Amino acid sequence: MIFYRYIAETLFFVFAALIFCGGLIAVRARLLMNAVLGLALSLLGMAGLFFHLGSQFLALMQVLIYVGAVCIIIAFGIMVGPRPKQEAEGRVVGRRNMLLAVSTCIAGLVLLTVTIVEATWVPAAVKSGDFSVKHLGENLLYQFCLAFELISVMLLTAIVGALIIANIGREEAGQ
Amino acid sequence: MMPSDCLTTYLIISLFLLILGIYGMVRHRTFIGMLISSEFIFNGASLNFMAFNRFLAPDPAVGQIFSLFIMGIAAAEAAVVVSLILMVHHKYRSIDPAEVHDLKH
Repeated sequence: MIFYRYIAETLFFVFAALIFCGGLIAVRARLLMNAVLGLALSLLGMAGLFFHLGSQFLALMQVLIYVGAVCIIIAFGIMVGPRPKQEAEGRVVGRRNMLLAVSTCIAGLVLLTVTIVEATWVPAAVKSGDFSVKHLGENLLYQFCLAFELISVMLLTAIVGALIIANIGREEAGQ
Repeated sequence: MMPSDCLTTYLIISLFLLILGIYGMVRHRTFIGMLISSEFIFNGASLNFMAFNRFLAPDPAVGQIFSLFIMGIAAAEAAVVVSLILMVHHKYRSIDPAEVHDLKH
């Protein structure tokens, strides 16, 4: 049994490494398509971490929605959109701005890391521990029914709005 | 204790995603690059919810449902942003954020 535990632990590090590598690829890539592939790699690692956090359903949804839908939308945006040569760095970023950005990020990283490590987290007194999809569905349709419906309406509005905006852009380009 | 059973590990990973998203937002000079970076920030938030859900929350359904909502919002946001980018491209012939400044003055 302890053998399986070690395999799970190794897989955890593999998924964490996927997130780190994918993130670095996405941020540092010169071509936008490489950045999208880095994002997809990172999202797959996230799905693995969701497995470790006990939610298989969320892991599957992560692969389905993020890797399957969002990445494909972004890839389409790259392919349909501007110039054939997709440089991620069309304009050179000023050295001073870059330095400012890097120092801000490092300061945030250090500050928040110290906060996370120093904080004491207190678990809830009574934990139900029911990670099943049945329990999730019941909550979604009883307690969070309004939010669920609002999300559906928002998705519909977003899709219709996206179609209208893209259509306006095409008409203006045609004139 | 194994690292995968520790809340701090997950929080550090989600912090890394947040910082990476902010850094990418500054570094990328195209709208699509910025969209990709914003996905990282969304994912950091989602991982945070899931980690607190697993280790601290009384009812493990709540964090999962919030993560699902985040995914839905991210999908809607990506669709709207891509159509906006197409429109900006038709109008300005460029996707450089520095050249889109009609509302600036």
